[in-house]
Amino acid sequence: MPSTPAKTPRLTGEALHAGYESRRVLDGVDLAVAEGQLTVLLGPNGSGKSTLLKTLARTLTPSAGRVCLDGQDIHRRNTREVAQRLGILPQGPSAPEGLTVRQLVGMGRFPHRRLWRQDAERDARAIHAAMAYTDVAAFAERSVDALSGGQRQRCWIAMVLAQETDLILLDEPTTFLDLKVQVDLLELLSRLAHEHGRTLLLVLHDLNLAAAYADRLVMMRDGRIVTSGTPRDVFTATHLKGVFDLDARVLEDPETGSPICVPTPRRGARPSARPASPTVDRRCIS
Amino acid sequence: MLNHRVSRVAGLLLGLALVAAAFVASVMLGTTEIAPPTFAQALMHYDPSRVAHIIIHTERLPRAVIAALVGASLAIAGALMQTMTRNPLASPGILGINAGAMFFVVIAVSLLPLHTPAEYVWAALLGALVAACLVVVLSRGRQGELSPLRVVLAGVAITAMFVSFSQGLLIIDRQSFESVLYWLAGSVSGRELSLVVPLLPLFGGALLLCALLVRHANALMLGDDMVKGLGMRAGTIKLLLGLVVILLAGSSVALAGMIGFVGLIVPHMARGLFGVDHRWLLPACALLGASLLLLADVASRFLMPPQDVPVGVMTALIGTPFFIYLARSKQA
Amino acid sequence: MTHSASLNQTGEGTTDAPRARYLRIATLLGLLLLTSMGLSLALGSFPTSFVEVGHALVTPQDSDIAFIVWELRLPRIVLAVLVGAALAVAGAILQAIVRNPLASPDVIGITSGAALAAVAFLALFGTALSIHWLPASALTGALLAALLVFLLAWQRGISPSRMVLVGIGLSAAMGAVTTLLIVISDDAAAMYAYVWLTGSLYAAQWQDVLGLLPWLLVAVPLCLTRARHMDAMALGDQVAQGLGVHVLHSRLVLMACSVSLAGAAVAFAGGLSFVGLIAPHIAARLVGRGFARLVPTAALIGALIVLYADLLGRVAFLPKDLPAGIFVSGVGAPFFVYLLHRTRYRSG
Repeated sequence: MPSTPAKTPRLTGEALHAGYESRRVLDGVDLAVAEGQLTVLLGPNGSGKSTLLKTLARTLTPSAGRVCLDGQDIHRRNTREVAQRLGILPQGPSAPEGLTVRQLVGMGRFPHRRLWRQDAERDARAIHAAMAYTDVAAFAERSVDALSGGQRQRCWIAMVLAQETDLILLDEPTTFLDLKVQVDLLELLSRLAHEHGRTLLLVLHDLNLAAAYADRLVMMRDGRIVTSGTPRDVFTATHLKGVFDLDARVLEDPETGSPICVPTPRRGARPSARPASPTVDRRCIS
Repeated sequence: MLNHRVSRVAGLLLGLALVAAAFVASVMLGTTEIAPPTFAQALMHYDPSRVAHIIIHTERLPRAVIAALVGASLAIAGALMQTMTRNPLASPGILGINAGAMFFVVIAVSLLPLHTPAEYVWAALLGALVAACLVVVLSRGRQGELSPLRVVLAGVAITAMFVSFSQGLLIIDRQSFESVLYWLAGSVSGRELSLVVPLLPLFGGALLLCALLVRHANALMLGDDMVKGLGMRAGTIKLLLGLVVILLAGSSVALAGMIGFVGLIVPHMARGLFGVDHRWLLPACALLGASLLLLADVASRFLMPPQDVPVGVMTALIGTPFFIYLARSKQA
Repeated sequence: MTHSASLNQTGEGTTDAPRARYLRIATLLGLLLLTSMGLSLALGSFPTSFVEVGHALVTPQDSDIAFIVWELRLPRIVLAVLVGAALAVAGAILQAIVRNPLASPDVIGITSGAALAAVAFLALFGTALSIHWLPASALTGALLAALLVFLLAWQRGISPSRMVLVGIGLSAAMGAVTTLLIVISDDAAAMYAYVWLTGSLYAAQWQDVLGLLPWLLVAVPLCLTRARHMDAMALGDQVAQGLGVHVLHSRLVLMACSVSLAGAAVAFAGGLSFVGLIAPHIAARLVGRGFARLVPTAALIGALIVLYADLLGRVAFLPKDLPAGIFVSGVGAPFFVYLLHRTRYRSG
């Protein structure tokens, strides 16, 4: 499955240190986001995944180190130019009451519009394409806050797609959604990478979904990158223990060959009536 | 912020000491200084022939009691308002309480023969209640639920309406403008202890109800669904808390006039020091509010002697620097 | 759904229906404003007919009616319209930036700063200096107050919530000093100050109109150029930044617009700031939240409110000329409540 990572990475972080007011979160992170692939950041809560994503997305300024987009420091570039190349979807975005889906998606055209120079034709095409791709055209005129969680998230993704950027960073795009909806969204995102050549970087929480859809996993702990590589290489019991402090066995999906982790229940946590049997994480076999 | 239980208890004790000290200072200091023994004597063996005793009984003591009571009540009411509306700009005034009281007082002064604070205290209370009820009725949604946004908007509208009517009356009738000016600016002087007594059941009842609802108020911070999840009814709780606010703030306004600052800003100070848990927040508000108003009242006697500066003015002047410091130190 | 995707020429990403509705409403409000100005021109303590007023308008020779129309009523009417529009736009900007429906130019200290400066002016130089200096001092007060709020709230950037907190704190303090000044000054000055605080357009002159107009001419177009930035910021700072909005920069520009509009309006008309609170709310209920539509609508509504408030103040209680501020709230508030009642919010 992993496609050839031949192209030079356009988005890189070099020796990044970052944090909030008093707390240091990132502690010297180097990362090159692989072109045309879907990369997933994994790590326990507080490991710095979201902080890294925000720093790469320039919403957070690093205290040391730099983020380069196409060889230039992203924080020194015109933010509108950056927005023409890099789209971001932060965690749990909220739309103002009454904003329709079409209006929201239309916001994605912001970086391509100027007061004196507007390409209405191209805008309309991009909006149309984004809505068609994410399958939200059916409720284009409804207000975003009236939709279900999954529909809403697809609208936000449509907004980022309307931005027509090669690079897309998403912070926990699947949190709080049904498994089916999560799978649909990840299918959609992975097609973006593999069929349309976009570069995606995601923060995810679900280990098995990450292993199933990522071309590349980056595992973080305590503000550092512990390991990174293809799921086959890095999604191992040792790393899961080392990164998440999780006791688990890693099996192989007989159909796709992608690794699956099965947490080993501690003594006493198992269902007592039955003999201990491998309790495969239901989310992966549904 | 005080994070540990011990430091919080210590903080509250310190607050209590502050209130006590401010109370004593309020009784002793002024144009006539009163020595501590005289104070004790006046309390134990009241001698109506001694001037100092008369001053204590008719002027200083009521003044200190009212300042402490009003300060504590307004601060608690303010904290509850901010919790209920989830809006840091909310204060009891948002419910139209101040404006309603103002309107009724202005009517009482300009149209009825009532001219001293003692005479129009009931008018003020009635006005506060009428305005607050209007706001609550207007802001109830289809299912009778109270949405914070609607409360706030209805409150602002009712406030603006009552204020403008009062201003109109005052501008037409200059005589009453002069006589209510001090009340409008907020003042705790010139009231007798007998004025407070009939209001005590209101304060007491409200505080009791408030004590019973502390945990509910905590749940309310987490949202209506959370309240439901914890097995309580959000609508009822909000109405009851609203009642607490109306009683506390309404009685305070009736007693001391428009002191807007305490209800708005003391809750922010208390939250900065004690966090958002109402079990700590409300006592902290009470102590901070009481001491702020007591100290402000003492200071107001010395700013421009022999004239008393309205205590509402003094509270704002003392509280602002601290408030701005807190606003700046908060991580936003 | 229709073919609307191909009709996107507004730069808003919307269909035609809301746009048509907006144009309809804006036209209606505009016409209403013009007729109301005409009506207001004909009414007053000196009885004039529409014909006389119309005649006086086209032939501004020195007849009595021409003098009344050109020198007394028209400047006051125009000033009312400008003040209302300026306050409404200032309020719309502020509510959008702070994302708080309670926000009005009051919360960042503009009104209280202007009031303090004005009352101090009246208390200190009430008789010594010409009253023409009052607007200048009020404007200075407003700008200084806003600047102070900015400086105190600045910490490697400006966070709206911190600014509001600092603003209300400072407003409370300035309000307290204002009250103090009123209490200690003599009765006549106190009354004058009180009328000023209520907000009045009494004795407005062309000079005042010319003093206020430039602010509107600069600030309103400037904030309209930032309309799309504002819409993007409504999605949250992070999304806006991702879309290429320079959040801090836009916020500063918009804030400067709001401050100068509100400061200038308050300087010439006193404490009418309730307009800045309700006009944007009413406008949002009529045309939705797109900022480019909200601003002109709010401006028209604000102008109408102040115009009618002043008209009522002039003619309703003859021979008294009451401050417009009384009626801005007295008329605006019930209408606001009515709107609130009709279009019930879904929010929680």
